Amino acid sequence: MCTLKPAAMPKQGSDKIPKERSKHFYVILLTTSILLPTATFAQSGSAGDSGLFSLPGILITITLLIIPVVAALFLLAVKANALFRNIQNKKDAEEATRFAAYLKTLNVEQLEALQNDRLHQDYHLNNKELSGPFSPEDSRGLLSSINERANIRFIEAKRKAIVRPGIDPALSKLILWFLGTATFWLVFGTSVGEYIGIKFVAPDVDQVSWLSFGRLRPVHTNAVFWGWSSLAMLGLGYYVVPRVSNIQIHSLNSGWWSLILINASVVLGTSALMAGINNGGGEYREYIWPIQLLFGIGLVITLVNYLRTVANRKTTEIYVSNWYIVAAVMFAIVISIVAYLPNFQNGLGETIIQGYYMHQGVGMWFMLFTLGLVYYYLPQQLNKPIYSYSLGILAFWSQIFFYTLIGTHHFVFSAIPWSLQTVAIVGSAGMIIPVVSGTTNFIMTFRGAWHKVAGSYTLPFFIVGIIFYFTGSLQGTAEAFRSTNLMWHFTDFTVAHSHLTMYGIIAFFLWGGIYAIVPRLTRQEPPQITVGIHFWMAFIGMMFYTIPLMWGGTMRGLMWMEGLPFIESVTMMAPYWLWRAIGGSLMWVSHLVFAYNMYQMINPRKTVNINEEAIKKLHANDYELVDILDK
Amino acid sequence: MMDFFNDYRKLYFTALGLFVVLTMLVAIMPAISNQNNNSPLPTEEALSEAALAGKALYVANGCVACHTQQVRNLDMDKVWGKRPSIAADYADERRTDLWRNTATLMGTERTGPDLTDVGNRQPSAEWNLLHLYQPRAVVAESIMPAYPWLFEEKAELVEGDVEVPVPDAFRKGVKGKIVATKDALNLVAYLQSLKQAELPGAMAAPEFLYKREVKAKAGASGGEDMGLDGAALYAANCQSCHQASGEGLKGAFPPLKGSSIVLDDNPEVLIDVVMNGYDARPEFASMPAIGTNMKLSAAEVTAIINHERTSWGNSARKVPVEEVQKIMDLLKQTAKK
Repeated sequence: MCTLKPAAMPKQGSDKIPKERSKHFYVILLTTSILLPTATFAQSGSAGDSGLFSLPGILITITLLIIPVVAALFLLAVKANALFRNIQNKKDAEEATRFAAYLKTLNVEQLEALQNDRLHQDYHLNNKELSGPFSPEDSRGLLSSINERANIRFIEAKRKAIVRPGIDPALSKLILWFLGTATFWLVFGTSVGEYIGIKFVAPDVDQVSWLSFGRLRPVHTNAVFWGWSSLAMLGLGYYVVPRVSNIQIHSLNSGWWSLILINASVVLGTSALMAGINNGGGEYREYIWPIQLLFGIGLVITLVNYLRTVANRKTTEIYVSNWYIVAAVMFAIVISIVAYLPNFQNGLGETIIQGYYMHQGVGMWFMLFTLGLVYYYLPQQLNKPIYSYSLGILAFWSQIFFYTLIGTHHFVFSAIPWSLQTVAIVGSAGMIIPVVSGTTNFIMTFRGAWHKVAGSYTLPFFIVGIIFYFTGSLQGTAEAFRSTNLMWHFTDFTVAHSHLTMYGIIAFFLWGGIYAIVPRLTRQEPPQITVGIHFWMAFIGMMFYTIPLMWGGTMRGLMWMEGLPFIESVTMMAPYWLWRAIGGSLMWVSHLVFAYNMYQMINPRKTVNINEEAIKKLHANDYELVDILDK
Repeated sequence: MMDFFNDYRKLYFTALGLFVVLTMLVAIMPAISNQNNNSPLPTEEALSEAALAGKALYVANGCVACHTQQVRNLDMDKVWGKRPSIAADYADERRTDLWRNTATLMGTERTGPDLTDVGNRQPSAEWNLLHLYQPRAVVAESIMPAYPWLFEEKAELVEGDVEVPVPDAFRKGVKGKIVATKDALNLVAYLQSLKQAELPGAMAAPEFLYKREVKAKAGASGGEDMGLDGAALYAANCQSCHQASGEGLKGAFPPLKGSSIVLDDNPEVLIDVVMNGYDARPEFASMPAIGTNMKLSAAEVTAIINHERTSWGNSARKVPVEEVQKIMDLLKQTAKK
């Protein structure tokens, strides 16, 4: 414990820290002593100031420059290998053509001879030539239960997706496009995030206006919100909504339109933000209205599509997933309209709407929709029904009731009316009801099926999602209280919180869903080892990202409360920002691995078997017309 | 009951209805009421044209990502303004144009300092320009982005050009003179305009809550520094120009180390400079009336000047607070005349 204290203190002026503050330190030390390694390393991270190459910022930048170069070289090797295989395949195909042509020239006698040959080749002894028709006595099972695969397995083989009746290839294609573009935005958005995270340790890494911190920050948040999370949710939704309604999706065409519109809105929004065109600085509504309008139209189209599908369903009940999903789309449209209507946005009106908007966007769009997805994918992956339908319904209504109230807790102690702040804080406390009932429901669904976790590569994602659904959401409640707001508001603690939730909950649930259905759509499994790498790097990375920020954020808040000079709180944060960049790098690499897995699942794998191909060609030439007529 | 929820119209209309009603109650109605029932303070100055253009730049470059503009009614926020921000402070914020929404710029992150009152705290144009060109030239520990694209390089100065005295270490191979563009000047004009308006006479400011417990002062009246931390006050009020080393910046901010004004046995001029600013030496930037702007008390001024007089090798006598108080009263009287 004692070794930790100096490490946690700012480098400069640590001798001047009043006793009272160190008392605070000890309180936190006691409660979060897990941080020991983090904080001890933190000190050595900030110590380097001799020479350019001992600067952490420079080192990180260099490492990060090397990563894409190595990645590019690797990609080159992979591509070259693929090219070579292609050439080989082509040669084999030619050989098959020649072989087929040769087979055609054979006359009846030659064919007979070949048939005979085959009979001879296929002839096998029946192993009873010596023993006769009687089976040996084997009372101890020495002969009948031989394990022929006695090699040691280092990694437990995970269960493959069950082969299901085929899914309409047209719908498959739409879903894969949603998920594919979502993956692109994940990689893009987090590359930007990674870069601006580095700017905290190396602020002069570039000095280009388009890449400056203030412009890139909203690029990051909006790309991962509207690009990655929203597109992935909608894609998974296009699978769930028709399936639990037991009917085809109402219109594939409108699905394609929302895909195009939403992607267009993120492309345009990103360019506009980088060019310095934004809506005025309110978080997550930085896109100006003509751009966000495209997103809104995409949502309206989706809503109509989902609603029609539910309306025509062939089940009596509306499965609870469709409560959450359709409601989320409706609410997102309401939220966007409220946020962009200019009629009540002068003065503090803007702030009140901002608080409402940013939090409803998170809670009523991302969270509600994703919960709907979990109510489908989790039981599906566990192959058992959800524990309690009623708990799901309770969570649904209480979420609407409490979540809607909590927006303004982002502006506690600000100039907005005190009573409105109090309502938001009470609403935040009320969130315990939906969160606890939702978590209970999910955990109880696992009951009796925990053994399936070891054999599944999707369930770990759901477990992490559930854990952070509980802890992350309740952390939000804790942050809303006035006493904690004092310490945590305006610090990096809130940044950690938003990553624990938008990443720990939403992204992990989405990954679980994606790994659950894409192999079903394409009949191709991702490499088990890279799914594992993706999972662990994302998870560990997030821990390295959030824990130092929470710790450092707390310290920073305490320093402000002590009235210490602001700049001291900046130097104090340096090691924590470095840890954040390291954690962020792990998360970022895991997304590259995820993109690779997506590629492996979607890209058709093909090899040429000369014999089979030759036979196919024979048939193709001889029976082509007959085939068509038959159909 | 389940029949009710099996009708998709009833189910979704109920959910939507509940959400919309709550939205009206917690968002739209409070927003309308706050928009209509607050008007700007009569003492508030409208933004000049240059400041308005500067505000557009502030918005475009996403400064709000790191800088708040709200003084909360908390004791810990006292450093950012004289009083907590109130609804009237934002009442004049309106929609920017057809494309862009209102920018109250209250912010949610304080990675950098709050800027509500920065026009009082740091009004020096020279400092702001240099800081925008390269923040680390004035605050070594700063992690703020540099904005060199707001400046241009010129071989010769033309009438009206504002040159920025960038120290050699930060010129990065720029040979000519570094001149502020119109954009940079506008942005600085905006920052200078950020001042908390005085409340009209009858109006009481909201209280700062959660007061920090004042530590029991040992030997209360006797100590010269009244238990205040001179180094911390110096860091908060003076350091960004005169630097932690007390050496200032060549061509911009004069050194305090070895300065005859600082070391003078009679602290009258020193206190005058702290309280009312100084612009007697053309080779340096003009100093704002930091003490008056920040409403520094006699005890705070004492702590600051004693820190300056006894640090970096300076060794002048410590001035007792009573003497400082006397000089400050005198200065106030002469200022009135």
